[in-house]
Amino acid sequence: MTRQVDPAPATALSEPRFLDAGEAALVVEFGDTVDPAINDRVLALDATLRADPPAGTREFVPTYRSLMIHFDPLQIDRDTLVAIVYRAMGTVVEGRREVAAWTLPCCYDPALAEDLDEAAGSLGLMRDEAVALHAAATYRVYMCGFTPGQLYLGGVPKALAISRRPAPRPPHPAGSVLIGGGLCTVAPFVMPTGWYVIGQTPERLYASERKEAFLIQAGDILRFDPIDLATFRNLEQRAATGEIVARKNAA
Amino acid sequence: MMAAASEAIVRVLSAGPGVTLQDAGRHGYLRFGVTAAGPMDSLAHAMANLAVGNPAGSTAFEVSVGGIEVTAEAAPLHVAIAGGEFTLSLDGRPLPPAVVLNLDEGAVLKIRAGRSGSWCYLAVAGCFVVPKVLGSHATHTRTGFGGVDGRAIAVGDRLRIERSGSSAPSPNAIVAPWLDRRLDTVRVVLGPQHDYFADDQIAAFLAGPWSVSAKGDRMACFLDGPRLTHARGYNIVSDGIAMGAIQVPGDGCPIVLMADRQSTGGYPKIATVIGPDLRRLAQARPGTTFRFEAVSIGEAVAARREEAALLARGIVVEPLVRTHLSSEFLLGLNLIDGVVGLDALG
Repeated sequence: MTRQVDPAPATALSEPRFLDAGEAALVVEFGDTVDPAINDRVLALDATLRADPPAGTREFVPTYRSLMIHFDPLQIDRDTLVAIVYRAMGTVVEGRREVAAWTLPCCYDPALAEDLDEAAGSLGLMRDEAVALHAAATYRVYMCGFTPGQLYLGGVPKALAISRRPAPRPPHPAGSVLIGGGLCTVAPFVMPTGWYVIGQTPERLYASERKEAFLIQAGDILRFDPIDLATFRNLEQRAATGEIVARKNAA
Repeated sequence: MMAAASEAIVRVLSAGPGVTLQDAGRHGYLRFGVTAAGPMDSLAHAMANLAVGNPAGSTAFEVSVGGIEVTAEAAPLHVAIAGGEFTLSLDGRPLPPAVVLNLDEGAVLKIRAGRSGSWCYLAVAGCFVVPKVLGSHATHTRTGFGGVDGRAIAVGDRLRIERSGSSAPSPNAIVAPWLDRRLDTVRVVLGPQHDYFADDQIAAFLAGPWSVSAKGDRMACFLDGPRLTHARGYNIVSDGIAMGAIQVPGDGCPIVLMADRQSTGGYPKIATVIGPDLRRLAQARPGTTFRFEAVSIGEAVAARREEAALLARGIVVEPLVRTHLSSEFLLGLNLIDGVVGLDALG
């Protein structure tokens, strides 16, 4: 239950585990905790393999602590794939995309932060304290998943490390910023959730009409910029036209 | 809307819930959290497409047990149906469950749930003219991606088809006995998190017996059976989810993740259903009981190779009259035989 809340310290580079997810997907697991050093290894392997995808591989899915490789077992067998992964791990990563640092506008107004009082209350914080803590932290994007463009962020201050709800709450609006399980997520699609809604961003993390449909990627750095409700409404309208309202700086 | 000369329209006269357009899936975006979707039974989907001369992964209707009723407008259509044992009719005349036919303008094709099977595929020669989302027509209703405005097919929908030249004598039965698939054993590869379960729980998982629950959908197949207990808790740090992954949440009831599964998840996955058996499981009706059998990667790949060989053989069809002989037809046949015989004698 607390595995995500209390990550173990990074250790010396260990051998990855190769886990079978059926005959058409292989998991390369570097650890079982949320840890930047482990996530770095996942993203490095992902970048190396994607730079020159081995024939027969279909998709690479990096998550916190492992890389899932989807492949066609009639084109490439598991042993060949494992050998390729070992070779890739010994290769200097080139052409890896630059880490971007994002400032994402976030409105913590009670009208949009439906669960903020509840979450702050159970953490023993005043509402404003919780907002100040959340907006002051720097987050790492560990992975995307669950819905298109959804971000999972580490770096949540300990004082905001709240467990997930025992039972899911009704669907939240698109763009909700949520905390739960010691992590933070930004969720671009309306979904029921076991996390707490503490704000909303006007930015669209997925926009099909934009040249780059997905704005932010795993490995990026992110901060939240508090905005009031009027600013939110304004930025929301601009985002609807395809404008990017988040700010991007070199890390 | 006027259809161009090479175009026809499929008009939907009625549609039950859960009928969608599916191509081979929206691949390449799992890393951004985008569900692949695609057919629940990709073997039947491929067969229906191949039977009308389309590439195997082309867009087709995935018909649920809710059924569908369609007609052609503007021009006739060459269509094929394959999948579970559904009840089909063309203008009221019964058809076998796997069939290729020409659907004339105004003719009514009805597809209803039949004796067995949960999904069948209605393929149309040519291309559906609907927008692609991230390169695919596959419908994923939870995020509103693909198909017709990201939703299920509804009565009144008129879908434009850019016809291909393909056509055949009509109607022809598709000879594919392997579409009648039994579900007594479902083969799995253990892992990726079977080490979250003690040996006796792995044994209980394999022994079952399991029953397909009524609450399943395109996302997940829920199973009723013994409750499994976890040896090391039921929260893992979220990782990738393969199609067919069997996750075991806190309540100990396994869930098989299907075509509309989310890209990542945080419950231990005790095993993964092998590809060919996942299509069989997808076709199982609620209440169907079965056991799991653990197999090696080598055995799973061999099963996949067998499945691929079925498609590689090509689609075999036979004229319906051979199997549904009317007295009128037999009479005609005798006359023709007689003529041929006389010629031979002469």
